[in-house]
Amino acid sequence: MKDQIQQIIEHEDVVLFMKGTPQFVMCGNSQRALDALRRAGAPVTAVDILPDPAIRQELSVLSGWPTIPQVFVRGELIGGADIVEELEQSGELERTLTEKLGADYRDEPAERVVAVA
Amino acid sequence: MNRLEELLREAFPGDEVSVEDRTGGGDHFQVTVVSPRFEGLSLVEQHRLVYDALAGPLADGTIHELRISTKGTE
Repeated sequence: MKDQIQQIIEHEDVVLFMKGTPQFVMCGNSQRALDALRRAGAPVTAVDILPDPAIRQELSVLSGWPTIPQVFVRGELIGGADIVEELEQSGELERTLTEKLGADYRDEPAERVVAVA
Repeated sequence: MNRLEELLREAFPGDEVSVEDRTGGGDHFQVTVVSPRFEGLSLVEQHRLVYDALAGPLADGTIHELRISTKGTE
């Protein structure tokens, strides 16, 4: 499972580890992070951490970040809900996405969900 | 002074620290820290310092939800 989480972080452009899915969000902070990413037009790959407590444990060991949600862009931890919201409001999130994914990042396929097992 | 505030004051002595119980239930908190230690650090690094200070209550389930706001002093 650890390898699988690592693979997702490394290979997906924007990963949101969250409680629930974008269609059925189970936590206010996950919703805040998702909303901020949507406002910035980020191509979100969502991972629901609720199906197995081990997902969250392994993720926090990998990232050194104790809470959910967690947002990664091209393998780098951007932060949790508070940081992503703050970066979106200042325009820095869009700058980071443009810098890392290219100016046409909004054209990438939209939200999808990946399962970890 | 509650435990969270105590831990933050220990970790950030002399700095501006506030803890708000957002729901009154003692498990959803908004913490704000203004410290010169944050100067030059990324937001991820700043929040990590707050998480380090609150590692105990984060691990034992005291904190169900935590919102963090950090600022440098400049």
